[in-house]
Amino acid sequence: MRNEAINEKSPWQNITEGNQIYEPATSRRFCTGEWRTSTPVYKKDKCRQCLLCVPVCPDSSIPVREGRRQEFDYDHCKGCGICEKVCPFGAIEMKEGK
Amino acid sequence: MAIRERLSGNEAVAYAIRQINPDVMPAFPITPSTEIPQYVANDMANGKIDTEFIHVESEHSAMSAAIGAAAAGARVVTATSSCGMALMWEELYVAASDRLPVVLALVNRALSGPININADHSDSMGARDSGWIQIYAESNQEVYDNFLQAYPIAEHEAVRLPVMICQDGFITSHGVENILLLEDEKVREFVGEYCPAHYLLNADEPMAVGPYAVSAYYMETKRAQREAMIRAKRVILETAERFARLTGRKYGFFEEYRLEDADYAIVIIGSAAGTCKAAVDEIRSATGKKVGLLKIRVFRPFPEEELAMALRDKKAVAVLDRSEMFAAAGGPLGAEVRAALYSVKSRTEFVNYFYGLGGRDITVEDFKEVYRKLEELSKTHEVRDMYAYIGLRE
Ligand code: SF4
Ligand code: SF4
Repeated sequence: MRNEAINEKSPWQNITEGNQIYEPATSRRFCTGEWRTSTPVYKKDKCRQCLLCVPVCPDSSIPVREGRRQEFDYDHCKGCGICEKVCPFGAIEMKEGK
Repeated sequence: MAIRERLSGNEAVAYAIRQINPDVMPAFPITPSTEIPQYVANDMANGKIDTEFIHVESEHSAMSAAIGAAAAGARVVTATSSCGMALMWEELYVAASDRLPVVLALVNRALSGPININADHSDSMGARDSGWIQIYAESNQEVYDNFLQAYPIAEHEAVRLPVMICQDGFITSHGVENILLLEDEKVREFVGEYCPAHYLLNADEPMAVGPYAVSAYYMETKRAQREAMIRAKRVILETAERFARLTGRKYGFFEEYRLEDADYAIVIIGSAAGTCKAAVDEIRSATGKKVGLLKIRVFRPFPEEELAMALRDKKAVAVLDRSEMFAAAGGPLGAEVRAALYSVKSRTEFVNYFYGLGGRDITVEDFKEVYRKLEELSKTHEVRDMYAYIGLRE
């Protein structure tokens, strides 16, 4: 049984042996962003592209393209606020809610 | 033609391991199982097998490495006893829920404290809820035979569960007995090659083992795990049948010794069954009284129905436990056999004894006394002590 066929409605008979997952990189499909209770907001005008926020994000939710950070990946950002603490230029602000 | 030898229980397990030549053995020494990895290491050093030995710093790591190797696709063996298995506790459950067919040679020894190195079943009985198949032996021959059947059961596609092959510390592990061994080729043919359908080292199928299961999945996962344990019953019997065709030695969930026509039955696990058989024979030939024995071989999965049918019509049954569970009631075997009898509405009289804790001896005379008390109980119908002791100073 392929894993996409398994969801929260699946009967026990469909669960794979030991919950094994037979394909790679499936964690992308697991939207940890649903857990968020506060949300980082990117203030692009204040950002100096120092990229200090990128490696500290525990969920790899700050994508970088051609040396510049992009908008947050809200599908996976859990709203922990570490990036806000790290940003030296006040370019990230936490707001309440998703 | 079988090979006639004289081996200790530990030597018999090591002999079987050499014949099977598993891929990986992570192990940490602990009395009385230490000799098993020691003998296997000798065979590796002498080039008799190409098993990879992993030197670990604890039993926690031994079982962790066993899980990793089994997930990678290797056939894995380890050995331990007592507190060594207690240190594996967390991983025992993981091996079972990850459905990895690890085989553990367990040499039963009392758990601390007080610290004690002798035989009782507190280690494996404590792990009875971990999801491992548990198979026990009376003699060195049975240890060897059970070990050869372990992989075909564990790796069977309908099962995929870890198996614990248990024997009584020192009594069989260090006691030397006559034994019949199979030729290497016959063992290899019987056990077969291990070809898992999914494994981490398969480059063609990337996979994940042991993922987090939130409450929306955990219960279904546990139900599926239970199903594997239910299916194991059939596979255990089929494997035993195949083994009997090869060797003539027959095994089931339990052995019934002069039980069929017996009025009074003792239920026991492990080496003390041999002593009990002597008592049965002596009583029968001296008095003609119908006494018998039911020796449990497979405790997990628990053969509830079969056991209840074998005991339901007895006049009185005594279950002997070689471990405490501090329920301030009986022992684990007593509790489960009693529940099984209830499920078939048996009216048999029932008592539960503790014996042999921390290696305390049990004699033929002790067993005769139990049978005497069973006979008395069947007449008086008065249980004076539901949870009595054998060999306790009081
Ligand atoms: S740490 Fe602040 S300034 Fe630096 S890249 Fe991140 S958001 Fe921009
Ligand atoms: S709030 Fe936390 S999870 Fe979200 S982007 Fe910032 S560091 Fe990453």
